[in-house]
Amino acid sequence: MSPAKAPIYLDYSATTPVDPRVAEKMMQYLTLDGVFGNPASRSHAFGWAAEEAIEEARAQVAALINADAKEIVWTSGATESNNLAIKGAAHFNERRGKHLITVKTEHKAVLDTCRQLEREGFEVTYLDPEPNGLLDLEKFKAAIRPDTTVVSVMHVNNEIGVIQDIKAIGEICRANKIVFHVDAAQSAGKVEIDLETMPVDLMSFSAHKVYGPKGIGALYVRRKPRVRIEAQIHGGGHERGMRSGTLPTHQIVGMGEAFRIAKLEMAAENERLRMLRDRLWQGLQDIDEVYLNGDLEQRIAGNLNISFNFVEGESLMMSLKNLALSSGSACTSASLEPSYVLRALGRSDELSHSSLRITFGRFSTIDDVDQALVSLHQAVNHLRELSPLWEMHQEGIDLSTVKWAAH
Amino acid sequence: MAYSEKVIDHYENPRNVGSFNKADLQIGTGMVGAPACGDVMKLQIKVNAEGVIEDAKFKTYGCGSAIASSSLLTEWVKGKTLEQAKQIKNTDIAAELELPPVKIHCSVLAEDAIRAAIEDYQSKQQG
Repeated sequence: MSPAKAPIYLDYSATTPVDPRVAEKMMQYLTLDGVFGNPASRSHAFGWAAEEAIEEARAQVAALINADAKEIVWTSGATESNNLAIKGAAHFNERRGKHLITVKTEHKAVLDTCRQLEREGFEVTYLDPEPNGLLDLEKFKAAIRPDTTVVSVMHVNNEIGVIQDIKAIGEICRANKIVFHVDAAQSAGKVEIDLETMPVDLMSFSAHKVYGPKGIGALYVRRKPRVRIEAQIHGGGHERGMRSGTLPTHQIVGMGEAFRIAKLEMAAENERLRMLRDRLWQGLQDIDEVYLNGDLEQRIAGNLNISFNFVEGESLMMSLKNLALSSGSACTSASLEPSYVLRALGRSDELSHSSLRITFGRFSTIDDVDQALVSLHQAVNHLRELSPLWEMHQEGIDLSTVKWAAH
Repeated sequence: MAYSEKVIDHYENPRNVGSFNKADLQIGTGMVGAPACGDVMKLQIKVNAEGVIEDAKFKTYGCGSAIASSSLLTEWVKGKTLEQAKQIKNTDIAAELELPPVKIHCSVLAEDAIRAAIEDYQSKQQG
């Protein structure tokens, strides 16, 4: 997109651009004059060079999360990692029990995987989070059964950015001999992850949320104590049999470089992102009836999820053509479907319909924030001018007492 | 979602936004939809002694198509008798605004709104 026409990118939780340093490195692993060999080729130098690059990247990914390189299994992304972890652990432990526990605000890659296991005869408990998006540990403990074998809880929520207490949840799983899987697609490079101290058995990662390329991810599989999973993709026995398929060297090198940079720059970057996020949130305080979704403290620095009461989400997006962001509402059919994450927090349908997710990242600037503030003010004013609900609110009518003619 | 130019025009420059005094005998008010469904339309008509709609105003909470449907409706009903206004069909609105199938319900809501406003006006005259 030409810079003059391109909207301001405020959707870093959807994906990130590849860091130029990462792209530069990846290009050295594609062409004849680069390292293009198959890392599984043991009989010549092309294969050896590729394998060396793969192992360097493996160590770089492991370093960010304080794990051993041998615990990293390459996949095509976090969706595949989630599938491999949950199905793999559930199937491996089938004889011990067929019950899993997860949370209603998980990513679809976890929820749909659990649904599939239900079709295969497993039972799944979907826990409600608290209104701030966090899991109540007592409610979690109460859901554990003797036949519970796998628990899956995401580290950072993709919509509201809240951070779950993974250490505490992991300790409960350990005590109950339950395999604990964590989807860390949204936390790697944003939140400290130390697998020496966090009792996590399986953890999913994605490169493209961390300024790496799309189409590559990893699954951390703990070695001490050893966690076993059943492979989902069979072939040449790559990745110690856990995930077959020729390794895409350039993608893997890209993920390694992205994670290396993340480790170096995470602390400074978080400080800058928090400054941008707080500037936006402060700048919205003069708007009446604006709500923050999810806990403000237990939250990643670059995420703001907000609802403007009495304004509908899709028309709001229409007014914000110069901003690239996500809406919680998907009005694509006669029956609107507000964000299932916000609904699970107990937010009203109206507020769920009007939610916006704004996520900042490495290339966001103060100027982006200030332009977004101008657009948001204009859009909300325009739509409230038009809103009969806003008018009723101004007249002091409590909308929850109105009998609506639902259609 | 790609909107037609007409929808965008009505969305960006909505016609006849505002409110009349609901208690006025000359005014008929129709409010349809529900916040939980994502759209609420309020349409008001001002009817003169000859039974002709001389003015109309609206406010709508909803997507761009819902806003455009109600904005267009206020333009159409002005100058019409109540009988003529009752003849406006949702399909006319949908056709004029080139609404995609998933947005037809917005035009249905607009048709409901004008009928509700006329009913409100007529029940006031009897009371």
